[in-house]
Amino acid sequence: MYPFNYHRPTSVRQASALLGKSEDARLLAGGHSLLPMMKQRLAQPSDLIDLGLVEGLRGIELKGRTLQIGAMMTHAEVAASDVVREAIPALAELVASIGDPHVRHRGTIGGSVANNDPNADYPAACLALEATIVTNRRRIDADEFFVDMFETALEPGEIITKIQFPVPRRAGYAKFRNPASRYPLVGVFLAKRGGTVRAAVTGAATCVFRCKEVEDALNARFAPKSLDGVTVPTDGLNSDMHAGADYRAHLIVVMAKRAASAA
Amino acid sequence: MGESGIGARVQRVEDRRFITGKGNYTDDINRPGQLHAHFVRSPHAHARIRSVGIAEAQAAPGVVAVYTGNDLRKFVPTSDDLEESPIGDLICGWLIHSKNGEPMKAGSHPAIARDTVRHVGDQVAVVIAETKRQARDAAELVEVDYEVLDAVADPLKARASGAPQVHDVATGNLVYEWELGDKAKTDEAFRNAHHVTKLNIVNNRLVPNAMEPRAAIGDYDPGTGVFTLYVTSQNPHVARLVLSAFVGIAPENKLRVIAPDVGGGFGSKIFIYAEEVVCLWAARRLARPVKWNADRSEAFLTDAHGRDHVTDAELAMDEKGKILGLRVHTTANMGAYLSTFASAVPTYLYATLLSGQYDIPAIHAEVDAVYTHTAPVDAYRGAGRPEATFVVERLVEVAAREMGIDPASFRKRNFVKKFPHQTPVIMSYDIGDYAASLNKALELIDYKGVGKRKREALKRGKLLGVGLSAYIEACGIAPSKAVGSLGAGVGLWESAEVRVNPVGTVEVLTGSHSHGQGHETTFAQLVCDRLGIPLDQVSIVHGDTDKVQFGMGTYGSRSGAVGMSAISKALDKVVAKAKKVASHLLEAAEADIEFKDGKFTVAGTDKSLDWSAVSLGAYVAHGFPSDEIEPGLKEGAFYDPVNFTFPAGCHVCECEIDLETGKTEVVNWVAVDDFGVIINPMIVEGQVHGGIAQGVGQALLEGCVYDEAGQLVTGSFNDYAMPRADDLPNFQVDVTVTPCPSNPLGIKGCGEAGAIAAPAALVNAITDALGHEDITMPATPQRVWRALQKSKMPAAAE
Repeated sequence: MYPFNYHRPTSVRQASALLGKSEDARLLAGGHSLLPMMKQRLAQPSDLIDLGLVEGLRGIELKGRTLQIGAMMTHAEVAASDVVREAIPALAELVASIGDPHVRHRGTIGGSVANNDPNADYPAACLALEATIVTNRRRIDADEFFVDMFETALEPGEIITKIQFPVPRRAGYAKFRNPASRYPLVGVFLAKRGGTVRAAVTGAATCVFRCKEVEDALNARFAPKSLDGVTVPTDGLNSDMHAGADYRAHLIVVMAKRAASAA
Repeated sequence: MGESGIGARVQRVEDRRFITGKGNYTDDINRPGQLHAHFVRSPHAHARIRSVGIAEAQAAPGVVAVYTGNDLRKFVPTSDDLEESPIGDLICGWLIHSKNGEPMKAGSHPAIARDTVRHVGDQVAVVIAETKRQARDAAELVEVDYEVLDAVADPLKARASGAPQVHDVATGNLVYEWELGDKAKTDEAFRNAHHVTKLNIVNNRLVPNAMEPRAAIGDYDPGTGVFTLYVTSQNPHVARLVLSAFVGIAPENKLRVIAPDVGGGFGSKIFIYAEEVVCLWAARRLARPVKWNADRSEAFLTDAHGRDHVTDAELAMDEKGKILGLRVHTTANMGAYLSTFASAVPTYLYATLLSGQYDIPAIHAEVDAVYTHTAPVDAYRGAGRPEATFVVERLVEVAAREMGIDPASFRKRNFVKKFPHQTPVIMSYDIGDYAASLNKALELIDYKGVGKRKREALKRGKLLGVGLSAYIEACGIAPSKAVGSLGAGVGLWESAEVRVNPVGTVEVLTGSHSHGQGHETTFAQLVCDRLGIPLDQVSIVHGDTDKVQFGMGTYGSRSGAVGMSAISKALDKVVAKAKKVASHLLEAAEADIEFKDGKFTVAGTDKSLDWSAVSLGAYVAHGFPSDEIEPGLKEGAFYDPVNFTFPAGCHVCECEIDLETGKTEVVNWVAVDDFGVIINPMIVEGQVHGGIAQGVGQALLEGCVYDEAGQLVTGSFNDYAMPRADDLPNFQVDVTVTPCPSNPLGIKGCGEAGAIAAPAALVNAITDALGHEDITMPATPQRVWRALQKSKMPAAAE
C-alpha cells in the first residue's frame, strides 16, 4: 500500500468538498474492494475520505411503496432487516448471499453500487427493481446509472446518500457462482411491477444489463415454463477460463428460470 | 491403550496455541537490527537480462543494499575476503539417468538470475532496506532492461521442434527420458490381449497454497561466525546440509537452521528456495539480520507447484477381464528449474506404483521430463503416487465398463491376494487385504442401491454417479540403501533422542518436523504408552538443528512409520537402562525386573518403584556402581526402514450432476483405509478429511493455468479455486487393519492417502454419471456442461 492522506468528515458537504480538492481522492465506505486493490498497489489514491462518521447515510425505511436504504448500510444490516425482508424478500436474499461474513459486515450498498463491479450482485437488483440512486446533488435512475465496467453516472464530488427501491409485485434472484471467486458467473434478478417484467443480468458481461429475451418470455406469462426453449445471444457476453460466452448465455436462461421459481 | 496411549483419541496438545494465536511462526520472529528484503521478479516468462539498473533504488530512503545475480558470484560468506569467489547455485538432490545411460540434464539454478529469466516471478534483484515498505518501494525503482524471448509453458509443446529452449544444456527441453519395467514382456502381453483400454490423461497442475506463505530470516553472528536461518521448512536438517555442502553458505557446524511453527507445507516447504539462500548470504555481507516473507501473490508465482503430467496409458486384458499388462508414457512438466527433489517425483515416486493393488504381470513405463517456462514443479501431497493412482484407477474403471464387468468385481478379480508380492516395478508389497477394504466401502456406500438412487436423482434433474478408487501408496520413505541405488543424494532414515529428566518427565528430540501433523500429540502418546507417564510430562522437540542432532524431516507419510520407529528404538534403550538402575535400587537381579504401567516390580513380589523414583535414582547415582552403569537416563537411536510401507484402501464417491448447469455436487464419500496400527484415530481421520479435500480440489476445482506466453492466469484465489467446506460432504471414514510387518509399531502412514485416492474416485463417479469418459480435471461446471452435451441421456423428468 502506498501512503495516502486519511480524512474522516462528519457531513456529506465536508466529504464532497474533500473529494473535490484532489483528483486522486477516493471515498472509503466498507473498503472491501478498494483496500485489497491498494494493498496490491493496483490503486494509489492520494486521499481516502472515510464515510464512516458521515451523518445521514444510514437507515432503512419503507415510505409508502418505496424501500429506502442508506448508502452506508452494510450487507449484513440490510440482510437482517425485517423491513427489507417484508418489502422485497428477494433483495434480502441477494444481500445475504454476497461474499462471506467478513465482507457482509464491512461492505455497503453505496460502496457496491458506486463501484459497479461487473460481477457484483447489487447492480442486478437496482436495475431490475428500477431503483433510484440518490446523491448529494440529484436522483439518478438505475437505467442511467450503470454505464460500463467500474463506470457509473456519478460525477466528480458526487456522493451516493441512499438508494430507493419501488416495491415490486414479485421478484426473485438466482446466481451461479464462479467456483473460485464465488462472485456470480451469471446472476439474474427478475422483478415484476405493474404489468411489466424486468430481468437484469450481472456477471455475464462488462456491465449489468437487461435481457430482452428473458423479459419477453416472462411478460407473456411469469412462470419458469415460459423460459423453455428461450435462447440468449452470446454477443457481448464475457468469455474467460471459467465460462465461455455460450455457457454464460445458457446459464442466463437457467438462472432466470430459477429466479422465476423463487419469485 | 490407556487414556493417552497408542490408539487413544487424544486432543491435539498443539491446538490451543494455534487457535488462540499463540503459535510462533517465522514471521512472528524479529531479530535486533533486522532488515527487510524484497525481491524484484521477472514479469516475463522468458527474457534475456540486458542490464539491471540499481542506482536509483540504492539511493531510495532506507535502502541498505541492492544485489543482482552477479553479486552472489563475487562473495563467499565463509571467506573474510568480502569480494572473492561465488556461492553455488541451487541443486536437485536426486540424480536420474535416461534410458540411454546419460545423467539428467540439469540447467543451472541461480538464486538470483544472472543473464536469463525463465519464468514469471524469477528473481532478478533483491532490495534490502530498513523497513519492509521501503524495500518494496525501492524495488519499483530497479530498472531491468529485458530482451523478451519466446516462451513455452505446455510440456508437449516444449518437446516440439523449434520450441523455445529453457536451458541450453537440455536439448529439446528434455531433462531425461526414463523408463521402468520390461518393454518386451509388456509388448508381448498386449499382443496377446483380448481387449485393450486406452486413455489419454491430464493430471492437472496444482498450486500448494499452504496457509502460511514461505518466510526466512538470515542472521549472522560476527563474534562466533555462526549463521542462523529461521525458515518455513519441513526438514531443517536437509536445508542445513544443502545450504552448507552444496550452496556453500557456511560449514554445517556454523549453520543453525530453525523451522519453528510452520503453517502447512504439503511438500512445498521441503525444498531449498532461492530467497532463504539470499537472506543468509546478505546477512553475512551486511552483518545484520535480513527477513523476507512471501505474500500470497509471490506464493502463487514461486512456490514449487505439483503434478502436471500428460499421459498415454493402455491396459491389456484377457477375455475374462484379467489384466495382462500396462503400458504408460508420461510427459512430466518440471518447470523452469529442477527443484530439490523434482526429478524423483515422476520416476521413483510414480512409476513404481503403477501396479496399483493389482497383480499385473508386465508393466512398462516411459517418462519424459521436460523443462518449460513455468514455476518449478516438485513434490506435492502424494508426490507421484496420486498421478499413478489416477492412471491405474481410471484405466481399471474404464476397462471394466468397456468389457461390461462391474467395476468392483473387475478390481476384485485382479487384486493382489498373496503377500509378499513383487510387482514388475520394483516394489515388494508386504501385507494388505484389498478385498476387505473394498467390501467394507461398498457396504457403507450402499452399492446395491445405486441404481435406485440414480433413478430418484434423475427425477430431481440430477445425474448420479458412483466411482471407486482402490489406491495404494508407498510411504515410510525410505530404506536408505534402496533409494541410494536409485539416485537419491541422501539416506532416508530418521533419528530420535529420548531424554529423561531426574523427575521422570521426558523430552523427545525428533528429526521429524510437524507442520500440521500433530506430532506433539502422537509422538507423546507413544512415550506415554511405553513409560506409563501422563501426556503432559512429555515434550516433543523438533525443528532446530542445534537441539536435534540430525533428521530427514517430514514428507512422504514417513513421520509415523520412520520417525516414531526411531523413538521406539530409543525408548527400548531407555527402558533397558532404567531396568538396570531399578535392579540395583530394588536389590534384585536385572532379569527379575518387570516394567509395566510406569512401575518397576521384582517379579513375584510386591517390591516396586515407580518411574520417577528410578529416573531420580539414575541421576543421583547413589544406588549403583558407576563403573557398571553410567549415571543419567538418555538414549538416542537411528532407524532405517527395511522396506517402504504400503497403505492402501478403497474410496467411493457418490456425486450428483446438475443437468442444467453442469455443477457437480459430492453427496457422499466413503473411505476405508488400511494404515496399519493407528496411534490417534482422531488425528488420522483429520488427515483423511484434509487429504480428500485436497483430492476433491484437484478433481473439481483447482487448476493452475499458464497462457501461451507463460503468464500465470490463475495467480490469485479469484481465479484459482480452492476447496471450501461447502464443496465437501460429510465423510464416512473407516479402517481395516493389517499391521505393517516391517517396523516395530506396525504403522503404515496416513498423511497423503486422501489426496492420492480422491481424484480418481471423483472422476470415476462423474464419468459414471455422464455415461462417457471425456472429462478433464478440474471437472468445472463448464467442462461438465460441455461433456453433458455429448451424453446420450434420458430427459430429466419434470
